[in-house]
Amino acid sequence: MSEPEDLLDIPGTTVFTAAQSRRGFHLNQFCMSLMKAESREAFKADERAYLDRWPMTDEQKQAVLDRDYNRMLGLGGNIYFLAKIFATDGKSFQYAASLMTGMSQEDYVAMMIAGGRSPDGLRSIREGN
Amino acid sequence: MARITAGLATSHVPAIGAALDLGKTQDDYWKPVFAGYDWAKAWVKDEKPDVVILVYNDHASAFSLELIPTFAIGCAESFSPADEGFGPRPVPVVEGHPDLAWHIAQSTILDEFDMTIVNKMDVDHGLTVPLSLVFGQVDKWPVKVIPIAVNVVQYPPPTGNRCWKLGEAIARAVESFPEDLNVQIWGTGGMSHQLQGPRAGLINREFDTAFLDKLTADPEALRAMKHIEYLRESGSEGIELVMWLIMAGALGRGAQELHRFYHVPASNTAVGHIVLRPSQT
Repeated sequence: MSEPEDLLDIPGTTVFTAAQSRRGFHLNQFCMSLMKAESREAFKADERAYLDRWPMTDEQKQAVLDRDYNRMLGLGGNIYFLAKIFATDGKSFQYAASLMTGMSQEDYVAMMIAGGRSPDGLRSIREGN
Repeated sequence: MARITAGLATSHVPAIGAALDLGKTQDDYWKPVFAGYDWAKAWVKDEKPDVVILVYNDHASAFSLELIPTFAIGCAESFSPADEGFGPRPVPVVEGHPDLAWHIAQSTILDEFDMTIVNKMDVDHGLTVPLSLVFGQVDKWPVKVIPIAVNVVQYPPPTGNRCWKLGEAIARAVESFPEDLNVQIWGTGGMSHQLQGPRAGLINREFDTAFLDKLTADPEALRAMKHIEYLRESGSEGIELVMWLIMAGALGRGAQELHRFYHVPASNTAVGHIVLRPSQT
């Protein structure tokens, strides 16, 4: 299955392509299960045991346990699905975004109030613009 | 005859809903965001639409990866606010307009748009935040709503041009509905934002401003814009803006701008809002 090369050329960005969707199907299905309160309770009670109910790879399970969102994105997670994990943790989208950028939440919020991250230099890896 | 009398577009940031529901609208951070909708709130009271066709996207609430319709139309009597992980938003149940919704479904399918018909669906912040921004906190929404859910989560979303053409087909459908109804069409989502990865927090004011300008000045340019340009320039989630082109297509060429608002930030997102009038009205 070929995918447009351009989609892999955006710095710091994982486009949710067909390949990503196939790679992450069970990870994202696990995330969807957290929409139910009883599932959230079961997950919080024993995360590893709950994850073992899903046919995910060990790498995916470890990324969830580590709350390594960039790793989860790389392994096929989609951000709107991964949001169910940080919602279960009682964390906001802004918290998760700051975590993925490697910034403190305080610095991230200040950047956003100052107008956000400029696209300059972040449009294309190939073009460096 | 039913007629489309106006188009409206707005971002649908979940944090805006949370700020409203938690009584934070007068906080320094949120005050300018809500003030940006005062004009539309007053305007809509005069306009008194009967029905809003509300184009939005579901965020892994009603649709998971098990089923990914490109275009889905809600034909149910009502739609409940979805539980997005914190419990449903404390907003009224959304009443549908099954007669017009089914008519639009039939008309657009025969017009060669392969719509998915949905008879049971919860609606998330993508649909309820725009209603809250325009109608405020109410016990009952003052309009019937026809949800049109567009896939912008799984790549590829529909093209901007396809969205524009669907808008044209929706307008034809509305015009052929015999009941006298005042119908608005809303496009939601955007503007520039990226919620994922090291590039999260991207905002492109220049791109957003040009997009708002071109809705009336050069919609043909927006119809031709490729996905990759949205992704590079407006962030991975900025691609939601293709949904605005369904609204714009329904109004057709020559629409006039009545009002606009732009503000950075709401959480991770640039808030954009525009109100348009089709030329024939």
